[in-house]
Amino acid sequence: MTTHFIGDTGVLLGRSLRHVTRSLDTIITTTIMPIAFMLLFVYVFGGAIDTGSEPYVDYLLPGILPITIATGISYTAFRLFLDMKSGIFARFQSMPIARSSVLWAHVLTSLVANLLSVVVVVGVALLMGFRSGAGVLAWLAVTGILILFTLALTWIAVIAGLSATTVDGASAFSYPLVFLPFISSAFVPTDTMPGPVRAFAEHQPVTSIVDTIRDLLTQQPVGTDIWIALAWCVAILVVAYTFAMVTYRRRISRGSA
Amino acid sequence: MTTGRTQMPMTATGVTTHVWGPAIHVQALEKSYEDVEVLRGVDFDVARGSIFALLGSNGAGKTTVVNILATLLTADAGTASVSGFDVATQAGDVRESISLTGQFAAVDDILTGRENLVLIARLRHLRDPGGIADDLLDRFALADAATRRVSTYSGGMRRRLDIAMSLIGTPPVIFLDEPTTGLDPQARIEVWRAVRELAEHGTTVLLTTQHLDEAEHLADRIAILHRGRIIVDGTLAELKGLLPAATVEYVERQPSLEDVFLALVGDDGTDGDAGTDRGVDTDRGRR
Repeated sequence: MTTHFIGDTGVLLGRSLRHVTRSLDTIITTTIMPIAFMLLFVYVFGGAIDTGSEPYVDYLLPGILPITIATGISYTAFRLFLDMKSGIFARFQSMPIARSSVLWAHVLTSLVANLLSVVVVVGVALLMGFRSGAGVLAWLAVTGILILFTLALTWIAVIAGLSATTVDGASAFSYPLVFLPFISSAFVPTDTMPGPVRAFAEHQPVTSIVDTIRDLLTQQPVGTDIWIALAWCVAILVVAYTFAMVTYRRRISRGSA
Repeated sequence: MTTGRTQMPMTATGVTTHVWGPAIHVQALEKSYEDVEVLRGVDFDVARGSIFALLGSNGAGKTTVVNILATLLTADAGTASVSGFDVATQAGDVRESISLTGQFAAVDDILTGRENLVLIARLRHLRDPGGIADDLLDRFALADAATRRVSTYSGGMRRRLDIAMSLIGTPPVIFLDEPTTGLDPQARIEVWRAVRELAEHGTTVLLTTQHLDEAEHLADRIAILHRGRIIVDGTLAELKGLLPAATVEYVERQPSLEDVFLALVGDDGTDGDAGTDRGVDTDRGRR
């Protein structure tokens, strides 16, 4: 069975990528909110936010990227939920294929769709005056962190997609994830926040990820932040993957009826 | 009313025979969801190349039986085998020899009809997926709609595509879970025709339905699942024999509304076209 894993995943990946390319509106709706935040913060609130000498858009973009990904993964849950509901998931599971390839195809599709959205958002930021002198290695490191972050959140989306009973339920789980960057260093430096909020902001995963991306793009030394960021991503990934597999097995043994 | 294993396999070309014996063998199958006992000791055999109808009202457990046989669910107790493979311990082999058409047409709305077929052919690791798809599109009168997205298909077309997808790789056993629920009479006849064709080619068909006439029209053998048990199992004649002998009455035969409907719209199954009027002769009693 496992001999077919790569081939089957490839075929199913092709299928769900068609879902993305045939409904490009999902990419647009994924990017609309982050772009709106970017416009709002750069042109409305930004003037009043003191982030030092760098232009505010340079400060903001690293914080907008996690929001983009948190919005994008709700479509992963949505697509998985529809597969469960339409019965095509059961059809695939009753076929002589590597069973886990059905989930992996969704995960890889999520990765592709989110990277597309990130490219769109970075493009808009460039139009708004975002500039970075970062080299290829730094951009590769940023891409790597974003991929890891997307994978971590995608497995959370898999849990939601497998266990939801309504379409709304399948996508609502992402709201707190979209909101999390607001209580971090994404929009404003954390040192202006009152004690407990600041403590939370400085110790939640988004801040270390945002700070790492920001340091990489502004060519600052990343310090220990990158290790904290990677540790968070890997930890979330492992926990989410484990729970997703538990949910998947339970779902399989209970059936979809 | 025990089922015999008398019928020898009527295997056709391309159908693999693992062992001599029933295509499906179910014994003392039990399954509960939390405290609800859905199956309370289900037994039946399905002979190779036959159409077997599992009849029962909503919630009788028909889908549960099908899902256990299709390796989507594990039974709490009892054994079940398909083509001689145990569903619990040889699930991979079972999946090689079956195809499931679930209660709702499990097709991909965003893909075209042809892409759906190619997808399944690829997943079954077959050569020339495109050729297989084109053959089936012709066979199921879907060639004209081949490049249209499935979301634009009618209910009957979706079901035909769904069944066509199940035929890819010519699995020797096919499960059809309420294949005609929600279909109009024309589409229902199309599906019946497809099912008969399957059995003629040697495929074993296990069909669930809550429509008595469907079982009557299609099935070689009928079992009634009631409150988690098979209460009768036999041919139509045997089932009829359970009741006192028929009395002869003369009744003027009025056309049923279905006869009228089919006579008016034509029942040749081509979508959209008025079709030739074949009169009030439906498939009734042709079997």
